[in-house]
Amino acid sequence: MKLNQKRITALALALTPIALMAFSVGIGRFSLPVDKVFAILSSPFFLIEPFWTRTEEIVVLNVRLPRVLMTMLVGAGLSVSGAAFQGLFRNPLVSPSILGVSAGAGFGACLGILLSVGSVGIQVLAFAFGLLAVFAAYSISRVRTGSSLLMLVLAGVIVGALFRALIGLVQYFADPEIELPSMVFWLLGSLATASYNDLQWGAPIILAGSAALLLLRWRINLLSLGEEEAQSLGVNVQLVRWTVIVAATAVTATAVSSVGIVGWVGLVIPHMGRMLVGPDHRVLLPASISIGAMYLLLIDNIARTATAAEIPLSILTAIVGAPVFAILLRRTGGKWS
Amino acid sequence: MIVDVRDAGFSYNGIDRVFEGIGFSVDQGEILSILGPNGCGKTTLLKCINALLSLSAGTVRIDGRNLKSVGKSDVSKIVGYVPQVSGSTFPYTVLEMVLMGRASHLALFSTPSAGDVAIAEEAISDLGLTHLRDQSYSSLSGGQAQMVLIARALAAQPRVLLLDEPTSHLDFRNQMVILNTLERLAEDKNIATIMTTHFPDHALSISDKAILMGNGKGSLTGNVVDVLSESNLRRVFNIDIRIASFEEGGNSIVTVIPLRKGALMLEN
Repeated sequence: MKLNQKRITALALALTPIALMAFSVGIGRFSLPVDKVFAILSSPFFLIEPFWTRTEEIVVLNVRLPRVLMTMLVGAGLSVSGAAFQGLFRNPLVSPSILGVSAGAGFGACLGILLSVGSVGIQVLAFAFGLLAVFAAYSISRVRTGSSLLMLVLAGVIVGALFRALIGLVQYFADPEIELPSMVFWLLGSLATASYNDLQWGAPIILAGSAALLLLRWRINLLSLGEEEAQSLGVNVQLVRWTVIVAATAVTATAVSSVGIVGWVGLVIPHMGRMLVGPDHRVLLPASISIGAMYLLLIDNIARTATAAEIPLSILTAIVGAPVFAILLRRTGGKWS
Repeated sequence: MIVDVRDAGFSYNGIDRVFEGIGFSVDQGEILSILGPNGCGKTTLLKCINALLSLSAGTVRIDGRNLKSVGKSDVSKIVGYVPQVSGSTFPYTVLEMVLMGRASHLALFSTPSAGDVAIAEEAISDLGLTHLRDQSYSSLSGGQAQMVLIARALAAQPRVLLLDEPTSHLDFRNQMVILNTLERLAEDKNIATIMTTHFPDHALSISDKAILMGNGKGSLTGNVVDVLSESNLRRVFNIDIRIASFEEGGNSIVTVIPLRKGALMLEN
């Protein structure tokens, strides 16, 4: 890519999510023009003579804004974690769930629903079991000579399978009228209930985890060469590897426990990023953040506007994402890897 | 002595020795070749000098300091390592690849600066690769890829260069290009070079010193011409060998020819 082209891409990736955010806040059953949305959004910071109604302000600031922010955070967080994991595991087929975090979180949530612990309790259980799953994978993979990546992936597969079986078990015992449907919907993901409360505890973790990944983005290039090569170039492989795993796991566990399981995003967005900016993680990670935020915004816009009842996220991420990805793949001839 | 190895021994499991009792030293600007049959521990020895593995017995001193007391990233600042091939999964450009050689000089959370890019570009042009700068590493030929890996090692501005079979799986011309490059780096940049090789000819053509490692037969160290004698090679490789020499443009060219008779089954 030429330098100018690079600058234009960077600028577009930085600005488009903001424009899309304002647009997303405006659309819905109660639609608002973009200028009004911008005015309402900036009213807490600037002195603007209100030309909108109190209702419009509440819709924008209290209903849609937290949802849109959560959507962007989750999309960005899952994508940057996916990009980091693909580099770390040196495999473009890896998603942030590879170590079992989503299956663990799903089990935690279903258990919470079965035990009727309330929405906060469900979130806490989901988060805790998500982390527990990854820790279990780590413990299984640890042998005398340290922990190899292959062992870790296999352990993740084992833990994931176990927790998916446990999800089935919990569903088997659930009351089919109320509990079972809410488990199924939780597992398919939804942003409908996103609130400032969710943001309050979720945003700091997702932001901090993503920041850690961004800080390590160049080292991920080195890790993708393989352990020995990275080490011979002077990288403290274990330190960087585990920092990346802890950061990406915290981000993914937070995202999943806030909005349920959102498939496909963490796997595919990094590929779209690679098609656009190349494989260098110095630019791929920021690009994944931007594309991931936009992608999930688009998906959630469809989810809440296409039909009267909301369509679950994971259905849309794949139904919309698969054709888009297939077209991109054919256009670029897979030159990204 | 920039590299000083004494009484080195290594074992993976604490029982079977891969090698033992190896001692040698390399000065700035000198080239040392390590030869020996498959599985005798050439690469293992190389990794011990680079702190990728640590010796079970003996010491490695780099610039007078015991390797065990030097931090790993500090070792990488002094000792550059060139693997046979890179494990790169993603199609990084040549510049991105060479830039990774700067890792030992950068703090954990930092990314390369313009200064680092300039150093990487200098290493690229040093090896005559400027025209490949923005090409993908995975699209390069074997010879070009090897040169890029050497450039990456040089980007760390090391005083010692370790190379694992740098001329294996390259064609005749590229073998000679690599040998000329290594000789030039030793002369111009005063780099101490240690390489493993399966070609005694290559060792004889550019090295000052050689180590001939044998499977449990002890190893020979010294001046390359003395170490790589007909009788030594014959004993270590367990095959009949002739050394021939001829004059070419005023230089004496020495070549080692293994004879086929008597070699019927793989040893390992």
